[in-house]
Amino acid sequence: MTKLNTFEQAVATYEPVLGLETHIELDTATKMFCGCSTAFGAEPNTQVCPVCLALPGALPVANRAAVEATIKIGLALNCTIASWTRFARKNYFYPDMPKNFQTSQYEEPLCENGYVEVVVEGEVHRVEIERVHLEEDTGKTLHVGGTTGRIHGATESLVDYNRAGIPLVEIVTKPVPGTGALAPEVARAYTAELRDIVRSLGVSDVRMEQGSLRCDVNLSLNRPGEEWGTRTETKNVNSLRSVERAVRYEVRRQSALLDAGERIFQETRHFHEATGETSPGRSKEEATDYRYFPEPDLAVMEPSREWVEELRASLPELPRKRRERLQAAWSLGDKEMQSVVNADAVDLIEATVAAGSSPAGAVKWWLGELSRRANESGEELTALAITPAQVAELQGMVDDGRLNDKLARQVIDGVLAGEGSPAEVAAARGLEVVSDTGALEAAVEEAIAANPAVADKIRGGTHAAAGVLIGAVMKATKGQADAATVRQIILDKLS
Amino acid sequence: MSTISREEVAHLARLARLEVTDDELDAFAGQLDVILQSMKTLAEVDTDGVQPTSHAVPLVNVFREDQPQPSLPRDAVLAGGPDTAEDRFRVPRILDEEA
Repeated sequence: MTKLNTFEQAVATYEPVLGLETHIELDTATKMFCGCSTAFGAEPNTQVCPVCLALPGALPVANRAAVEATIKIGLALNCTIASWTRFARKNYFYPDMPKNFQTSQYEEPLCENGYVEVVVEGEVHRVEIERVHLEEDTGKTLHVGGTTGRIHGATESLVDYNRAGIPLVEIVTKPVPGTGALAPEVARAYTAELRDIVRSLGVSDVRMEQGSLRCDVNLSLNRPGEEWGTRTETKNVNSLRSVERAVRYEVRRQSALLDAGERIFQETRHFHEATGETSPGRSKEEATDYRYFPEPDLAVMEPSREWVEELRASLPELPRKRRERLQAAWSLGDKEMQSVVNADAVDLIEATVAAGSSPAGAVKWWLGELSRRANESGEELTALAITPAQVAELQGMVDDGRLNDKLARQVIDGVLAGEGSPAEVAAARGLEVVSDTGALEAAVEEAIAANPAVADKIRGGTHAAAGVLIGAVMKATKGQADAATVRQIILDKLS
Repeated sequence: MSTISREEVAHLARLARLEVTDDELDAFAGQLDVILQSMKTLAEVDTDGVQPTSHAVPLVNVFREDQPQPSLPRDAVLAGGPDTAEDRFRVPRILDEEA
């Protein structure tokens, strides 16, 4: 195994070219070509019919809602919508599809030639979209037997076809050159933007952790001025953070191989969440020949201009517009708003503000303390065990003077540890600013008695020395005093 | 001389997951050759200006509304498979990534 280069070494020598393929499961009520329900979590093989199984005589018919959803996605991605388009059979013998083919689209996708713009470190990167096509999802396989239950040890597979036939939209970018050292961030930002766009359309819940948005990351390296290199395709990269890590890893791995004079094989690779590494899968050189041909059982589609314009007119506010609106409403500068977007905190902050927090408070918690916690635990911000409503509650307690920032951070510890709401944690852990002036005055008296020299300085007009006494009072009250109040009491007593 | 080689027949057989013996490779190559020759004859017809046909009926935009319909009872679904376990189809192990 070749040693990896550092990412910095790699991008100093090579230019990465990215390509992203994204699959999005639509949340229609029924499957793509039949009336079976798509409800998640049903008993295995209970949402299966003759069309799903391709029994003789079964006739698939396209789901209008899925076609409309795909056209909407295409429009939101600035694509041209085909005036003539059809489905195709992608033939392969593999038990995840009982039909021995997957109904997909080949030479005539529904949407083509769009783009998405993302901002990374203040620079706009335009990611060109090659195509958006409609197909169907495959069944779910469970590998059993062997030593680990993982694929290599598995001796047999159990198949559930509930998912087979659920409408799936595939979005393919053109190669994205020119991102340099920002390639991992651009890949992540594109995926996040795509997710936000599709979510705003209301056509999928686009939850990466549940597999309704799945990413394949293509990457190649070349030296400046040379032709693009051979690419690898890393499959099923299922979180924003993983997209970034997969790109970073492939850049490091491929550059080390190229440095050693070796060649890159065009191959499929798997991403390992635990280590952030990729490993080779099936080799593309032996990849199945899919022998596509036009699907004769499904009628050709000719989306009329009227239909397309009707759908265009129905598009909701898209994420870019929404961000501009929220940035103005929250009074944030461009840079700060960019940090919010990069932290994937737009929805979280909006929900926190909706739950009653000031925008500034919401931004402060999510970008500060909570981002720090997420980084520490290697989680997405959205995966932290604290809700926007709880953050709003926390900020409310700070606003009311019941918590100071230090206590609030301890309350966050409790909430993240599953001890309940901020109010419950504060009560259970006895975390509350001491507002009892009598108790504070007593603590101040003690501090003055213990530090007579300091007290004299303050009496002499050196107010800055009050810090020492404030520190002593905070210590005595275990941080549960409001520093400004304590300072006032000290100055009142010593002037 | 066959226009389709033994290797091509073996490749097609592999894609279709068919086990084919060496003797059969020769036999199928010969039979497929007859079919390919027939296609060649058809290809001689002048089709300039004729749109390729993918559909026998000139229907466009045939859609279903997104209304759920009953699925098959599970027993009926599983009855079509060679083997089942845990309410799923049981198949020889799949040599690919986790689906």
